[in-house]
Amino acid sequence: MIASRVSPHRRLNSIIINSFAWLILIALALPAVWIILTAFRSNSEINASPPVWIPREITFEAFGNMFGLNPNLQQRVAVEAYMFNSLFVALSSTVVSVAAGTLAGYAFSRFKFRFHTAAFLMLMLSRTVPGVALSLPLFLLFTRLGWTNSLVGLSFVYVAINIPFAIWLMDGFFRQIPRDLTEAAYIDGCGYWSAFWRVDLPLALPGLATAAIFAFLASWNEFQIVSVLARNNASKTFPPGLFTFTEQFTIDWRGMCAMSVLMMIPAIIFVILTQRNLVRGLTFGAIKG
Amino acid sequence: MLLPSFVFIIIVTGFPLLYSLYVSFTPYELLKPNSLIFELPKALNNYTRLLNDPVFWKSLGNTIIFLTVTVNLEYFLALGLSQLLAQVTRGQAIMRTMLMIPMMFAPILVGFQFRWFFNSNLGLVNNALVSLGIIGEQTRIAWLVDEPLGMICIIIATIWMNLPVMTIILLAGTLSLPQETYEAADVDGASAWQKFRFITLPLLAPFTYIALTIRSLDVARAFDIVRIMTDGGPARRTELIWTYAGRLAIEDTKFGLGSAMSWITVIISVGFTVYLFRQLVKSRIVE
Repeated sequence: MIASRVSPHRRLNSIIINSFAWLILIALALPAVWIILTAFRSNSEINASPPVWIPREITFEAFGNMFGLNPNLQQRVAVEAYMFNSLFVALSSTVVSVAAGTLAGYAFSRFKFRFHTAAFLMLMLSRTVPGVALSLPLFLLFTRLGWTNSLVGLSFVYVAINIPFAIWLMDGFFRQIPRDLTEAAYIDGCGYWSAFWRVDLPLALPGLATAAIFAFLASWNEFQIVSVLARNNASKTFPPGLFTFTEQFTIDWRGMCAMSVLMMIPAIIFVILTQRNLVRGLTFGAIKG
Repeated sequence: MLLPSFVFIIIVTGFPLLYSLYVSFTPYELLKPNSLIFELPKALNNYTRLLNDPVFWKSLGNTIIFLTVTVNLEYFLALGLSQLLAQVTRGQAIMRTMLMIPMMFAPILVGFQFRWFFNSNLGLVNNALVSLGIIGEQTRIAWLVDEPLGMICIIIATIWMNLPVMTIILLAGTLSLPQETYEAADVDGASAWQKFRFITLPLLAPFTYIALTIRSLDVARAFDIVRIMTDGGPARRTELIWTYAGRLAIEDTKFGLGSAMSWITVIISVGFTVYLFRQLVKSRIVE
């Protein structure tokens, strides 16, 4: 039935659209591909002119150096610690900020209350301040509280940083859900809470997934605050860890690329698992007639 | 329902802001603990000093140029890309994941990588241009040094990293639009352009303003990429307001002066945010 309606013209159109989309995405991915390839190159190819595009030989040397498998190197990099700290901080702050942000976003989208606009504006304002302005006062505060060099303290900061974004996103998504659906739930005997839990929340799942992705990546990649609050390897995450490869005048580009690859694997897995929930038109056909 | 969110925000952003507001009225320097004294007649010293500081005005101008170019370019590219992806029939999930690749890079990582790509002696860009014969070995381009090339490189790095953010917000918005409207338009024989112009664009307005607001605020507080790529240099050519504020407060240890700089910036951002917020409210009323 449906197939017979697709005209040859339409099919050609969709082939053009698909290939054009692929072309753009591949172009956008090129710098990333270069970084990944560099992690596996031999040292002579790294800064070669003319550039060597496809590596002539694949070597895991850089990874071996990082994990301390090279007996000639005195120092080794605390990758395992960075990995654990990054995962702990990013996952815990994502869960808490998305949960808190969803509740607040629902309140903003569905209820009118005093200071509604003022509260919303205040959230936006907290987004105007970069980590560099927060890091020093936070360091002074956290020193008093004994929260420096602590993963929980760091996670606490990231929750606060991610909440405003989660609230806006969820507010936007809840607004897109037709009011009639929520009201139908009330008529069917749902209270506020169960209408939220059973009707609105499942429909806003794409928003939830988006908020989780952004929160995770923001915490995963944050640099300014962690570099001030975390002074030892027991609490450092990957971004300050990258500085292991810089010396005063030179940078070990290959080592840095290798760590970048390692750093991106968990992020990619998280995004792939989460973005399955971004689906089209969940409310399709919910209100008819 | 709002309580948990606001507890976090007040401790983590409220406290530091109030503290730095206080400090901004004092001549506090980190290495001189005794300099944290509030004296009413000298309270505004930091502010008047900044307003007479040419570097402050230079960094403000740089930020405005950087913000305008980056956010506008990003919006048009993201709008095009999101509409293209919304039309894709096969492999949309893979495409979305691929699209997000640049997002997974930490800003400081992007800074490091683009600093390497644009390095004049060993960078990929110059190496490629030399081997293609476009420039000679002696005429290698000093990407990160010359004006305005340094700023352009920073803009390229920023857009590369953040295009996915804007695209995904617009794509998620497009996918959540009611399909019934499009079906009705199909019945009425609307062209693709008409559907885009009269259905997608107006219905997307709330998402557009959210995306623009978020990105403007993010770009306005740009720090990591610039810090790594050029560190505001050479000769302040790429100095932005926050790299300057950070330099004053942390590197020069003039915490009082740096806090005053932060507060001027925050006040400018407030005006800007209120403007964008009004637009957001307006777009909802039209809806």
